[in-house]
Amino acid sequence: MANYLLRRLLIAIPSLLGISVILFVVLALAPGDPFGELTTNPAIPPEVRANLRASLGLDDPIHLRYISWLTAMMKGDWGYSFVSRIPVDQLILQRLPTTLAVIGISQIVALAIALPVGVYAATRPYSIFDQVANTLAFVGFSLPTFFTGLVFILIFSITLDWLPFVYRTGIDASGWRWWWEQFRQSIMPIMVLGLFQGATWTRFVRSAVLDVIRLDYVTTARSKGLTEGTVTMKHVVRNAMIPVVTLVALQMPAVFGGAIVTEQIFRVPGIGSLLITSILANDTPVIMAVTFVFAALVIFFNLLADILYGWLDPRISYS
Amino acid sequence: MHEDRLRHLLDLIRGGVLSRRDALRRLAGLGLTAPMATQVMALAGVSPAAAQAPGAEPVRRGGGGPLRLLYWQAPTLLNPHFATGATNQDASRIFYEPLAGWAADGTLLPVLAAEIPSIENGGLAPDGRSVTWKIKPGVRWHDGVALTADDLVFNWDYARNPATAAVTAGSYRDVTVVKVDDLTVRVEFRQPTPFWAETFVGSRGLIVPKHLFERYVGAASRDAPANLRPVGTGAYRFVSFAPGDVLHASLNPDYHLPTRPFFDTLEVKGGGDATSAARAVLQTADYDFAWNLAVEDDILKRLEAAGRGRVVFIEGGDIELLHLNPTDPNREVEGERSHASTTHPALSDPAVRQAIGLLVDRDALEQFIYGRGGPATGNVLNNPPRFRPPQPSRAFSVERANEVLEAAGWRRGPDGIRAKDGVRLRFVLQTSVNAPRQRTQALIKAAALRAGIDVEVKAVAATVFFSSDVANPDTYTKFYADLQMFTTVMTQADPQRFMNQFVSWEMASRANRWQGRNIYRWRSPEYDRLFREAEGELDPIRRADLFLRMNALVLADGYVIPLVGRPRVNAHANALRPVLSAWDNTLWLLSHWGREGG
Repeated sequence: MANYLLRRLLIAIPSLLGISVILFVVLALAPGDPFGELTTNPAIPPEVRANLRASLGLDDPIHLRYISWLTAMMKGDWGYSFVSRIPVDQLILQRLPTTLAVIGISQIVALAIALPVGVYAATRPYSIFDQVANTLAFVGFSLPTFFTGLVFILIFSITLDWLPFVYRTGIDASGWRWWWEQFRQSIMPIMVLGLFQGATWTRFVRSAVLDVIRLDYVTTARSKGLTEGTVTMKHVVRNAMIPVVTLVALQMPAVFGGAIVTEQIFRVPGIGSLLITSILANDTPVIMAVTFVFAALVIFFNLLADILYGWLDPRISYS
Repeated sequence: MHEDRLRHLLDLIRGGVLSRRDALRRLAGLGLTAPMATQVMALAGVSPAAAQAPGAEPVRRGGGGPLRLLYWQAPTLLNPHFATGATNQDASRIFYEPLAGWAADGTLLPVLAAEIPSIENGGLAPDGRSVTWKIKPGVRWHDGVALTADDLVFNWDYARNPATAAVTAGSYRDVTVVKVDDLTVRVEFRQPTPFWAETFVGSRGLIVPKHLFERYVGAASRDAPANLRPVGTGAYRFVSFAPGDVLHASLNPDYHLPTRPFFDTLEVKGGGDATSAARAVLQTADYDFAWNLAVEDDILKRLEAAGRGRVVFIEGGDIELLHLNPTDPNREVEGERSHASTTHPALSDPAVRQAIGLLVDRDALEQFIYGRGGPATGNVLNNPPRFRPPQPSRAFSVERANEVLEAAGWRRGPDGIRAKDGVRLRFVLQTSVNAPRQRTQALIKAAALRAGIDVEVKAVAATVFFSSDVANPDTYTKFYADLQMFTTVMTQADPQRFMNQFVSWEMASRANRWQGRNIYRWRSPEYDRLFREAEGELDPIRRADLFLRMNALVLADGYVIPLVGRPRVNAHANALRPVLSAWDNTLWLLSHWGREGG
């Protein structure tokens, strides 16, 4: 096991390096200039722009810039935002709590919907419940989040005037009121993301369970006289969860990456909105840091999924 | 214009022969609009030049509760010397102040200055080589340190240092700032400078404290803790800031105006999009004020119908212009199309330009496309009022256009498109992707077809069209099309920088990497001469007259066709009383904002 882990971690290093090279080159070759706005502003002399470029090291050849980025990253220096003129890690840390809270809870909501609904629907295939659940799931993942987000705003904020649609950090209240306000403003983005994700996962859980429930060993378990509940929970779900775990684990980096569209609609100051504003402003160090951390998390969660397999299915062994 | 008669009138007013009211009437008789006549009198020293502080004087400070502002672009930094973009300038403006700001009518309002310098109070040197500013006594930074002339001298030193890479460098590098005494500085110019209100004034003139920044000049400037925790002189003090998200501030109990500000706390929330920002103010009233609503007027009207807020349009000098290319966009000279040495085969004929001018229905643009967000105009230079020429005729007539073209020898071919000597009237009209612009293109195309001109419309993504990418042929500065259309912004209340975009030496070309400001490719020796004259003309009336003549010259040639003005659009809650100006930042006078009944 330890051997396997070590091997996987060693393999991760070249993949991360490869990813960082590709990201860096793509960003360096992309058109646009973080100081584009300075060029069009007649009040700003061109030498100011030249000085800015030089002070941020933008005039060096690309391989030198990459090496200096890499050595800084290894020392824990994530770079320096062109636009905010502060270190990138500060920017990301500021956004992390909100992202984890909103996106994290939405993933929990999604799981809380998908697991029971998917399993129940699969144990009663083609029943009314299954049909309804299937239809709703289909509708749920067919509607993009920007659409459901706007529909929610239209219904709950504008028509009913129940919920605010602008997410505010630093609510000036304490105790229960703070929690209530926080709930009111988070519920819409959480539900938009949670329902979308839940709908996708429901269909997946259902088909995974359906695959297992027809197998002979399930019939054997039933014929032993076990209750239907025990059969489902102990024998079916545990085996059916293997593909679901992969899917959920691979989705976890998204909790860090945030949800660009939903964050933009509800003005949630998460990492997704940081990424999109940085892309629009050509703030390369921030784009680089966010995407690179994202890549590292994808690799990490892949590893985690593989380890979880071994726990869920003892037949899989890494020794 | 009528300079001699003007002068004679002004002498009569000065001598007391003529009352102000009579003078206004007689100036109107000379073709001057009332605001312009007032301004002419102001400039001639007949009436006070400085703007009056708007609104009634409040009795006490504070008590207004929270003020919540919504910006769909979030501020990312709080140092005015690094502030690119309106959002960052606005955010810095909450904490930092200039010596004077630009009011809505294009006049100066003293903020940190004790008074606006003039020849009469000895602030302006008669030779135009220096301006002396007196600082208001008793102003303190938020940490209690007193504001002195040293702070101003420091800002000059800080901003003009190339290693600081300040975006305000342009306002400081060509002047010298000298401390006269603790509360007086003199800004010295290299040559006689009629427009002296640049350094320490308006959005690029905000003053930062020397005692917090002096260790961070040059390359170290980015390490200053005060870059993110501003300590200024403004009406509100810094509380917290999350770049790209939200900014909190609270009332400054030590503000230099004893009865201001009104609001106790301030929140500036950023992000999202313009339409939902308008919604949050006009429809759900979650916020008190929304900035820069680039939203179609129809939608704004629908949101306003909820009755919780209103949209305000502040007129400035920004204008949507239709450019007719004087050069040939289809012929390459020295690796460059639209080269200055070429002439356009069809548009060089004045009759064709006149016809196109007649085919643009500006009033329809205002009525059906831009609404309140685009008042029709026939002038290039529209504001401030003291530089506003009389409105030329904006006739729209397809028949006249047909007559003009017919008379000039452009005959219709079998397909209905006019041609002469093998040159067909077929033009490409390019602009950025933007709903009102595409509707304008369609309107022009339809009208042109009725006069036998075939217009092909082309829309380029805004990020490409307005980029400075030298390799891309579709940028607006390249102008590789017969016609193009976009908004030209006027950043200052003085027209000199605005009018400098028509001078021949600013022509955009390959040599200056298409960064020259004259994108029109139009040139006129007469215009160049007038501009040079205005640059050194110290007499305000003669100078205003020069700018008006430049405007007339641009219009007379017909290569540049004004379409609609583009006022600034903001929305606020019904009860809020914001003080806004198109010549300065949106939050230029936040200290004076109030609420009705409060």
